Amino acid sequence: MMEHDIVIIGGGPAGLAAAVAARKAGIQDILILERDSCLGGILNQCIHNGFGLHTFKEELTGPEYAARYIAMAQEEKIPYRLNTMVIDISKEKEVTFINREDGLSTVKAKAVILAMGCRERPRGALNIPGYRPAGIYSAGTAQRLMNIEGCSVGKEVVILGSGDIGLIMARRMTLEGAKVKVVAELMPYSGGLKRNIVQCLDDYGIPLKLSHTVVDIQGKERVTGITLAEVGPDRKPIPGTQEHYDCDTLLLSVGLIPENELSRGIGVAMSPVTSGPEVNDCLETSQEGIFACGNVLHVHDLVDYVSEEASLAGKNAAAYVKAGEKKAGRKVAITAENGVRYTVPQTLDIINMQDSVTVRFRVADVYRDRYITVYYDGVPVIRRKKKVLAPGEMEQIVLKKESFSDYPELKNIVIRTEVE
Amino acid sequence: MEVRELICIGCPLGCPLTVRMDGEEISVSGNTCRRGEDYAKKEVLSPTRIVTSSVRVKDGVIRMVSVKTKSDIPKNRIFDVMDEIHKASAEAPVAIGDVIIKDCAGTGVPVIATKAVDKA
Repeated sequence: MMEHDIVIIGGGPAGLAAAVAARKAGIQDILILERDSCLGGILNQCIHNGFGLHTFKEELTGPEYAARYIAMAQEEKIPYRLNTMVIDISKEKEVTFINREDGLSTVKAKAVILAMGCRERPRGALNIPGYRPAGIYSAGTAQRLMNIEGCSVGKEVVILGSGDIGLIMARRMTLEGAKVKVVAELMPYSGGLKRNIVQCLDDYGIPLKLSHTVVDIQGKERVTGITLAEVGPDRKPIPGTQEHYDCDTLLLSVGLIPENELSRGIGVAMSPVTSGPEVNDCLETSQEGIFACGNVLHVHDLVDYVSEEASLAGKNAAAYVKAGEKKAGRKVAITAENGVRYTVPQTLDIINMQDSVTVRFRVADVYRDRYITVYYDGVPVIRRKKKVLAPGEMEQIVLKKESFSDYPELKNIVIRTEVE
Repeated sequence: MEVRELICIGCPLGCPLTVRMDGEEISVSGNTCRRGEDYAKKEVLSPTRIVTSSVRVKDGVIRMVSVKTKSDIPKNRIFDVMDEIHKASAEAPVAIGDVIIKDCAGTGVPVIATKAVDKA
């Protein structure tokens, strides 16, 4: 069986950044396995601009951002296989994949980095009544059809869900000559970035109806219309609020789910909140030597944070391969409470940690004038005032190693939002 | 006097801005910081946007190449720019930065490729 130091599952932004960082940390033998016919992942279809403001200090389109990392990986001569589907990873880090050249093969890795990204929540997960006509697409599928395949998707469009891809597609379809009639959002707030609401909807006069959902889809062969209704605080449709829209296309932008079939197959501990693996401050899963980064770990808002996180995973995987064994430390759980939905990482080794560790999280609702407070064994240590917090925007807080010097017996870290 | 309501995109705060235009006088309220004021003034005086799209490639390994206006163009010219992009096509090989349209819709701004496409 072929052996490699590090095998990376996925050649999107996370996999590429992890590979480059691992190589820079001195690991020669790296292999990236990518199921698509090119590297770059989802960035290839994200042709809009706004990527890279943090990483490169300039506004790039998705393909340009991907090209920067692909160039870095090629400069480092990191091997990769395209059109290659990983079908199993064992606890012993044996990675089984299939492609047309090798057929079915298995390679053994000293470390594995999971970077498979995420998938869109499909119609089937929503329980929308009505027929199953043509013309219902997830927003990302429509994006791929238009931007990569060059197909026309529809002429009169309703979009359910105000996630960023839905907002971006509202603009994209408008520019391609379609009429986007309305964007409906079940929640009383949008899950998308503010700048996308302004530049994709407001710029083109597309109405955003908050607290609304699709209650019926009409049409047998092709969508002919949909019915919207307002929902109450219980998110159930309010009788008598139905409105009909004629349309030939319904786009769904109703959430992203980390793609973790392989991770579950390994048996790593999963977080029910993120739907991704639970990780320590090295971004290592519950299975030693198996790391995770990017949208497979938790869904990010900006690719810049994916790159940053993945670089850390790559660096840590390299350190793991070199060291061979783990030093005993003191693992402390980080608990998310009171409006903080989750944290990544979920645990921190206060003895072996880097000088500082970035803890990323999302909040449960839109909050104004709240504090983010971090407690060490019940003592408030960090307190940040936030004018606004929203579920659509990822938050982060940096924990410094020196801050733990007064807490050698630390048992828990709690991060919560507080009104006062 | 003309009054316009905007939402600032400077940060996640998303301040609701009110811009009052009285001839040369422009006053902004509702903003929390200086960025809001600058944004509002630019939005009412000369709003601009980068336009991105994709055009067909002849003889390429893929069918479409993504493109963008090299710099921002006046917001009210977006659809003129799109009309020209719709008529354009490229021929493989294409490199990032290759000019696809020299001067798009008389804006003086070129449309360039944002993706490399090899020859089939």
